[in-house]
Amino acid sequence: MHSAKNPRLPDPLKQPPVWAATCFTCTLLLMMGLFTASLKAQDKNPFSADPKAAKLGESQFRANCAFCHGLGARGGGRGPDLTRARKRRGNSDADLFRTINEGVPGTAMPQNGATQQGVGMTEEEIWQVISYIRSVERKADATAIGNAAHGKEIFNGTAGCSTCHMIQGKGGRIGPDLSATGATRSTDYIVESLRSPSRRLAQGISEAMKEFSQEYETVKVETADGQKFMGVVLNEDHFTFQMMDTREQIHLFEKDKLRSFEKSRESLMPVYDQKTLSDKDLQDVVAYLLAVGAQ
Amino acid sequence: MKSAFMKTGMRLALMAPLVLCGRLSNARAQVTPQRLLDSAKEPQNWLMYSGDYAGRRFSALDQINASNAAMLVPKWAYQTMAGGKFETTPLVVDGILYGTGQDNRAFALDARAGRPIWQYQRALAADIRPCCGRVNRGMAILGDKVFLGTLDAHVLALDAKTGSVVWDATAVDYRKGYSITLAPLVIKNLVLVGVSGGEYGIRGFIDAYHAATGERKWRFYTIPGPGEPGHDSWEGDSWKIGGAPAWITGTYDLATNTTFWTTGNPSPSNRGEGRSGDNLYSDSLLALDPDTGKLKWYFQFSKHDEHDYDATQVPVMVDQGDRHLILQANRNGFFYVIDRTNGKLEFANPFAKVTWSDSKDTSGVPIARKDASPTLEGNRVCPGAAGATNWMSPAYDPQTQLFYVTAREQCDVFSTAPQPYEAGHAYYGSAYFPNDDAVPFTGALRAIDPNTGKLKWEWRHPSPTWSGVLSTAGGLVFTGDAEGNFIALEAASGKALWHFQCGASVYSSPMSFAIDGKQYVAVAVGSTLFTFGLP
Repeated sequence: MHSAKNPRLPDPLKQPPVWAATCFTCTLLLMMGLFTASLKAQDKNPFSADPKAAKLGESQFRANCAFCHGLGARGGGRGPDLTRARKRRGNSDADLFRTINEGVPGTAMPQNGATQQGVGMTEEEIWQVISYIRSVERKADATAIGNAAHGKEIFNGTAGCSTCHMIQGKGGRIGPDLSATGATRSTDYIVESLRSPSRRLAQGISEAMKEFSQEYETVKVETADGQKFMGVVLNEDHFTFQMMDTREQIHLFEKDKLRSFEKSRESLMPVYDQKTLSDKDLQDVVAYLLAVGAQ
Repeated sequence: MKSAFMKTGMRLALMAPLVLCGRLSNARAQVTPQRLLDSAKEPQNWLMYSGDYAGRRFSALDQINASNAAMLVPKWAYQTMAGGKFETTPLVVDGILYGTGQDNRAFALDARAGRPIWQYQRALAADIRPCCGRVNRGMAILGDKVFLGTLDAHVLALDAKTGSVVWDATAVDYRKGYSITLAPLVIKNLVLVGVSGGEYGIRGFIDAYHAATGERKWRFYTIPGPGEPGHDSWEGDSWKIGGAPAWITGTYDLATNTTFWTTGNPSPSNRGEGRSGDNLYSDSLLALDPDTGKLKWYFQFSKHDEHDYDATQVPVMVDQGDRHLILQANRNGFFYVIDRTNGKLEFANPFAKVTWSDSKDTSGVPIARKDASPTLEGNRVCPGAAGATNWMSPAYDPQTQLFYVTAREQCDVFSTAPQPYEAGHAYYGSAYFPNDDAVPFTGALRAIDPNTGKLKWEWRHPSPTWSGVLSTAGGLVFTGDAEGNFIALEAASGKALWHFQCGASVYSSPMSFAIDGKQYVAVAVGSTLFTFGLP
């Protein structure tokens, strides 16, 4: 195979729309009376009654989706938990088909087959994946255990989250914007991010055609004239890097002009252990993020 | 340095008659088989995918060299305006550049200014499903034709002067998952191609077509049929859908009249169940007679591969005294030195992190650990699925006698995803994930001493890249990175001399040419073919 085949990356340089061409062909075939039912035209999963479809869909899911959504569709560091009853981009079969086939612009969810890695799925295979998702999703989402209102107070108050994180336009900029995190990350991931923030650093900018996203690495520099800055890396290549310092100032440096340049995968975010954030308060913060994400 | 300049001056003086007047001469437009054999005599041209039949990707031009590389500037750019990976290595013949783009675009440009002479794009069916992007890596040339493989598995001859289709040969039905992405290789009067499709359960092959007519002269199936040697390396009927595509351009040794081709993964790539055996000739080096397509010998790098370790890296021919070698840094992480007269391994050394193998057989061939197989829950193995390197070309510099290769340090968690075979549908049997606990994946350009397999120097990339390497007589190697830089390094030391931010990850292998006494270096990045030269 030519390269890695999982849908790793959003690809802003979209391929010519294979789907559009396929659709055009379908229309032609319909007009010619050679094709009785275009799968695209359906609002309902044609395989919903076929128990084999979910099994086939599981293989497709593992090969095409699990990279971001996790084995078992329970979400991961990259994509939402799809076992949730409520899907952010719509719950109907037609909604799921559209989301899978067309992707979600402006997010890491790529258009089907547009990742430059791997093959993409046929219409039939997409429906099989939907069958699989239906087979693992919960009937209804349990009410969040925590108290979202209290979580909001903690977020903006004692825990100091909003110093660095923005939600719906309010808060700091040095950490990732968390407005959509409740919808796009699993609860386990959010808990892990609070309890051990350095274990998996959050992803920053994704560049066109670049395989791996920038991560929120910590950086300390001292310039040739002795100025010192600490902050997060916004983007980096071999020769330069851009950072935001703790005062939310953006700097671009050429590495070889600095007196010192020290990068670390120890997150700038403090560890919120049981002492600084009790399990109950943690649940409340998670409940707040889920509530915001659901809006 | 002074002598280098003098040498350059002489070489450029020799070239001058070709380009005396303003118009591009057609007098030498005919590329003969002899010219292809003698490509070293015309370093101003780039006559085939890897620059020469040895696959060295080495340019004998030295006008751009270590003393002046820092002054390099963009000279012109040509845009395909297409999305997806732009993988072409253009040809340059007597002042005209022939390149290919995404979605089977092809173009001829005035290499002095990048202005188009003709442009071509194939009308592709809506239901082609090439794996891994709608890419093409370049063309081959002979006589007054250029040759192109297509995503719908045809081989085309285009008129080199006009871009019009002279013949169109169907290699195979693309609906079964076949495509052609490589640059063909011309040997004598034949056009050789191999197919892609290791993700679909194809049966791979290498074809030779008459350059004049497009009639197929021979086909070599990379999976032996019933009654043929090696057929019993497949379980049951698995050979029929066993993959072993041949999707990177081969090399050619005139002395023994042998063409060397490499093959890709057995299908399904990450699931060995159902195809027990060595699975010949997947992940192999094949020595073929170019006149008949008959197999002379083979060397299999990864037996019964379960990690997608295609051996589709250009097999580079190097002579050391009376040793006639093939060098290959393989996707499986080992650097192999093979006697190309008989296919015997001289040695294999890792050039990147390897965990799939921890032992060798009696002839020194690395063998897989029993516990390296993918599992349903996932099994972490290095290199990862994209390999320690991949299709991007390495280079060999006869001056430094070093082998330069793009190395990727990435491990993956390999998990099986059982799926039935269905013609034309993806047939991976697999899924994989980066392991989130580890340090970020990195990459490097590595300079390897082929005598020992030891690392001479490396240039670290912030993240793994898909850029190939060009070496030049100017004492330089050129490569790109995932962050968008195109970089010139000193060939002897790996010291960076120059770089340019092209604005997108590099997914191609650079080349060099000269026209009007001026050397250029070209690389495809994003949707743009960039050329660089001295001010």
